[in-house]
Amino acid sequence: MTDIKLGELRANTPRRTMSRKTRRLYLVLVSLVLLGGAVALVLAALRQDIVFFLSPTEVAAKPPAPGRAIRIGGLVERGSLRKLGSDGAVLFEVTDLSKSVKVRYRGILPDLFREGQGVVIEGAVNEQGEFIAKEVLAKHDEKYLPPEVAKALKASGRWQESGDQTGSDSPGGNSTGNNEGSGPR
Amino acid sequence: MITELGHYALVLALVLALAQSVIPLVGAQRNLRPWMALAQPAAVGQFFLLGLSFLALVHAYVVSDFSVAAVYENSHSAQPLIYKVAAAWGNHEGSLLLWVLILGFFGALVAAFGNNLPLRLKSRVLAVQAMISTGFLVFMLLTSNPFARLGQAPLEGRQLNPMLQDPGLAFHPPMLYLGYVGLSMSFSFAIAALLEGSVDAAWARWVRPWTLLSWTTLTCGIVLGSRWAYYELGWGGWWYWDPVENASFMPWLIATALLHSAIVVEKRDSLKAWTILLAILGFAFSMLGTFLVRSGVITSVHAFAQDPARGIFILALLAIAIGGSLSLFAWRAPILKPGGFFAPISREGSLVLNNLLLAVLAATVLFGTLAPLILNVMNLGTISVGPPYFQTVFVPIAMPLVLIAAIGPFLGWKRGDLPGALQRLAAAGIAAAIAIGFAWYMADGASFMALAGMALAAWLFIGTLIEWAGRVKLGGSLGASWSRAIRLPRSAYGMTLAHAGLAVAIVGMTGSIAWKQEKVAVLHVGQSIEVGDTSYRLDDIRKVTVDNYLADRATIVASQNGQLLALLTPERRQYLVPSPPTTESAIHSNFARDVYVVVGEPDGQGGWTVRIYVEPLVLWIWLGGGLMALGGVVSLTDRRYRVGAPSKMLARKSEVAARA
Repeated sequence: MTDIKLGELRANTPRRTMSRKTRRLYLVLVSLVLLGGAVALVLAALRQDIVFFLSPTEVAAKPPAPGRAIRIGGLVERGSLRKLGSDGAVLFEVTDLSKSVKVRYRGILPDLFREGQGVVIEGAVNEQGEFIAKEVLAKHDEKYLPPEVAKALKASGRWQESGDQTGSDSPGGNSTGNNEGSGPR
Repeated sequence: MITELGHYALVLALVLALAQSVIPLVGAQRNLRPWMALAQPAAVGQFFLLGLSFLALVHAYVVSDFSVAAVYENSHSAQPLIYKVAAAWGNHEGSLLLWVLILGFFGALVAAFGNNLPLRLKSRVLAVQAMISTGFLVFMLLTSNPFARLGQAPLEGRQLNPMLQDPGLAFHPPMLYLGYVGLSMSFSFAIAALLEGSVDAAWARWVRPWTLLSWTTLTCGIVLGSRWAYYELGWGGWWYWDPVENASFMPWLIATALLHSAIVVEKRDSLKAWTILLAILGFAFSMLGTFLVRSGVITSVHAFAQDPARGIFILALLAIAIGGSLSLFAWRAPILKPGGFFAPISREGSLVLNNLLLAVLAATVLFGTLAPLILNVMNLGTISVGPPYFQTVFVPIAMPLVLIAAIGPFLGWKRGDLPGALQRLAAAGIAAAIAIGFAWYMADGASFMALAGMALAAWLFIGTLIEWAGRVKLGGSLGASWSRAIRLPRSAYGMTLAHAGLAVAIVGMTGSIAWKQEKVAVLHVGQSIEVGDTSYRLDDIRKVTVDNYLADRATIVASQNGQLLALLTPERRQYLVPSPPTTESAIHSNFARDVYVVVGEPDGQGGWTVRIYVEPLVLWIWLGGGLMALGGVVSLTDRRYRVGAPSKMLARKSEVAARA
């Protein structure tokens, strides 16, 4: 029965066959336009909106352009945390144990922010070369070192000296969360 | 003892699932009725066993049996009962059991209520369902057994992570899982249809309620999660484009597309292969979501504890399920007969465009989520892809989607009249212009994106109202309109509610992104700060003891022109089991804005860091999300799902109503 139907269509409706082809053409064109647009947007975003992770050594060697958002990771230098004035601003240093970067932050530090602990910071360098943090992320677990921080420490060759390394070698690290859902381990 | 029973029930469920995934399938292939009929009792039995197993696990949590490893890791005898129960799924092992339980529940529903399904299709659906179940049960029993015992029972548990001790945990994961697993039903139907080699309007009518159900619960789950992430400090606000959030959003996008394309299959017998593909992709994204959350290959704010071995197992499961089903699709899809023709400008055409846009959106989210992983593997540097990427890529593609969401319902099936539709939408265009002017005036100028967001929201909202008004012929006699309004099919109301809800949510998203204000200060008791025209005074800060934690509770008085506006009590909590302190925000909401207050560390000289955010219109996000979910619920109660296949007369009646 369906064969007859198909046969009928083929035999007596050239217009319909055309419209079927045209329809397909439209569909392909629209899909191409959409995909092209999406790819263009993605490329534009990759140029501006991707945040690279740098270690303090890399920042010292080649300071990023002012205003360009980056992430740095390392340990909070012991004895470097200072509170400034009444607007809640703090100043501290992030180190990979060979170089360190001064960071200025205004706001409430994560609950687990401690000197000597691993931290990941997102922000940008200003004209004066100071790192202005937009976000400070510290993991909710004392024994854990974010993989980015472990990488920064390894890159600086100070890995062995860096105290507690529990969990740092697991590839499935959860690094950026200051409050994450894993139970205390 | 009860724990062992639970464990044993789990093993039995696996055996039953294995049988259910093979025997009915062979039966369907060889046309052996008794073999096919086995699927039904097996599915019900499997659900019963899984339920038993789940109850046993909850029991272990409720009585605080710390000889069970998962209970020891995630519970504490001083925890309030609700968190003891919720802790059962607040961790990897338990959440998997919940996942499989819901899977079993849906299987049992099909077995018990799918009487109008042909036996062959039904047995195939249940067999596919059982295969998924088998995969997850093997995974659970081999790598993450929730019933594993400890050699020596500790006296006290390590408590549920304080961050998770929140009502959100009781509702958000189960909702999300209902959605994820609901998509497995559409998937099973799609695979069964590929095995059958035929897809028709009846098939679409059976699949659509499952898609609707999973879409509705996914919407609820995402809204609840967004709300939870919003009031929990440090989770990045109502939406952070975090991988785990994206993991739930991608299936949602695909489910939305599937929901719309299934309409075309049902009404016009077209877009069949595409709909099948969407059903497969929807579940693939659910599995991928599970994989992303469990394996920890991608860094996230919300992830559970990770274990690479589990990740590899899930990856293998994912490869088998997705690879297998896509191969089956490539092999069998060509035999699906193409259906009705339609012009590019038509209801079908607009739904195709909707589907294309949603698929592209899902692809860009997928790319943004996986890019850090790919670059890392290829050693191209460590990057993170955050909200800026998604705002650049996602928003511009989503805008035309909102634009056509208002136009599509005005276009006729097969061939539509675009100028006519736009003419009827003139009022929506005017509303959009007013929204731009109003936003500009209220906010003293605004970015292009903010104005566009407000304009689109007004366009969609008014457009949706006009469409509804047209259906009931508002403007004629009120009585006639009323009787039309109550006779409109529920699914039509579903669409109206969902589209209006989307518009409302867009208002909230735009407002809170564009006009958020924020201020930080160190305050002594009695001091205050000003944000906008409101002043916030730190009135008091005192120590309080609640169930299982101590807290510093601040009292902050918000006042406007000397008038008391709200009392806010943010806290810093120290749970009794040693762990870092947690910060609890205090929020005062109304339709215009949220005030969000947190208190940080003391500075040691009597001052406390206080942070105040003013988030305009943020309440609208959840209101809109709630409306969308309500639309799903209303649509689910549509007559044609309640009474099965409609008779011809009814079908004609509802078509007339739909066209009017």
